Amino acid sequence: MSFRTRWRKFVNVFMLSLTGLCALVTVSILFFILGYLLWYGGKSLNWAFFTHLPTPVGETGGGMANAIVGSGKLLLLASLVGVPVGILGGVYLAEFGGQTFSFVVRYTTDLLNGVPSIVMGIFAYTIIVLPMHHFSALAGGLALGVMMIPIAVRTTEESLRSVPGTLREGALALGTSKWKTVATVVMPAAMRGIVTGVMLTLARVAGETAPLLFTAFSNRFWSSGWNQPIASLPVMIYTYAIAPYDDWHRQAWAAGLVLLALVLVANIGARLLVSRGISFGKA
Amino acid sequence: MVKTTEESRSTARAPATTPAWPSDLKMRATGLDFYYGGRQALYSIGLQILTGRITALIGPSGCGKTTFLRILNRMYETVPHARPEGEVFLDGEDIFSLDVVGLRRRVGMVFQKPNPFPKSIFDNIAYGLRVNGMDRHSTLAEAVERSLRRAALWEEVKDQLHKSAYALSGGQQQRLCIARALAVEPEALLLDEPCSALDPIATAKIEELLFNLKDLCTMVIVTHNMQQAARVADYTGFFLMGRLIEFNKTAVIFKTPARKETEDYITGRFG
Repeated sequence: MSFRTRWRKFVNVFMLSLTGLCALVTVSILFFILGYLLWYGGKSLNWAFFTHLPTPVGETGGGMANAIVGSGKLLLLASLVGVPVGILGGVYLAEFGGQTFSFVVRYTTDLLNGVPSIVMGIFAYTIIVLPMHHFSALAGGLALGVMMIPIAVRTTEESLRSVPGTLREGALALGTSKWKTVATVVMPAAMRGIVTGVMLTLARVAGETAPLLFTAFSNRFWSSGWNQPIASLPVMIYTYAIAPYDDWHRQAWAAGLVLLALVLVANIGARLLVSRGISFGKA
Repeated sequence: MVKTTEESRSTARAPATTPAWPSDLKMRATGLDFYYGGRQALYSIGLQILTGRITALIGPSGCGKTTFLRILNRMYETVPHARPEGEVFLDGEDIFSLDVVGLRRRVGMVFQKPNPFPKSIFDNIAYGLRVNGMDRHSTLAEAVERSLRRAALWEEVKDQLHKSAYALSGGQQQRLCIARALAVEPEALLLDEPCSALDPIATAKIEELLFNLKDLCTMVIVTHNMQQAARVADYTGFFLMGRLIEFNKTAVIFKTPARKETEDYITGRFG
């Protein structure tokens, strides 16, 4: 075997191993995080974590019931903002948009998707917290909701585009208006994809901390209504993890585990929905 | 001027300049040009579609027959920068000045590939009625049965009306699409190569069906299959490169065509 041949084989094997190694790193990071969280979080996770309020410093026990409910309320508010705007915006792009304006909308959506989450927080802080002079669930929900819009718009647009044009023509040819065609034929046909997109965006913003720090802030107690500071899992993790108490560290691990579990369930659920997507008629 | 009731009804809705519309005429195109952006696809088409007859449009691929068909219910409007010039009348009314949704309720369409909605068989047929505001279940159920019977599909699907339309075979799906179009009781039905995706047996069923539907509505069928035109159509128009070369009774077109191009095409010398 000549030197060139051996060298070529060596490079081949080396590069193959290198790419495989990087792929392995990618996979193992998730499992490393999962394992670590399961180990530390699992130990601290108990029933009280889901049902009790946080205890004052020094007392052991207690839970994060308020933060779990708080995260739920924030996500609900976020959905009220992000889901209608995101879905209807996507419908516009896929079904009604012309050339120029659609290009501008699509480009802006991509830019909005790249805006750092802390900047979204400042935005909500400026338009809600400053005029009202206090932190509130509303402000946090708005910040998260705005972050949902870009992904919801693009996934809705993609799902609607995957619906064959022949279905639209079939409805239009029956004397159906454009909007009714979209609402009664195209959107139902694309519903799985749209729901998947919404679940993915929800999973994404569920873990956001930065935009909540100075909008929803946090709360050690139950917050009634929507107009008060409210606790959330990510902010609790942040607060507890940097505190100097071992008990709080354990609680932070437990909260991390719960949050990750929620996000994973949403993600896996969304992917199951996609894989069972409908096919359109016979080829 | 003495008018029949039929004429006075149509002239009442038509522009004042239109002469009395003959009752055996359903649609008429005159001097119709058509452009996709800057490219001209049809040149000065003049054609009459008679009430209760089947008119076939034949010609090689790209000759403009489908384009012409899609003007009759203004489906071309889904294509950006598509533009007709000229006149098309439906019962004496200019179709370009009608409301497009209303026009399409009167002039239905069946497409090349069966395109049932991802809904149940029942909901597919009821769709057009529901968007027209009919929602009493008993009325809908009657209309669904009537339409499926007209499309010769009732016996095959009556026990599975709530199954997905995608569970049907290709030929059944196409008859379902015909039933769906018939459910809104259109005056005319446009068929764009309705059998091109079907096997000969399913094709024969559809042809028989079209023949039986003649009393119910006027039909225009675009087809690549010359035997099909000869079998089902009363009148045939031959298109070539965007022009209507010849239009006459089907028997005349196929036995004694007046133009050399028509003869060359139907005898298989090109196309």
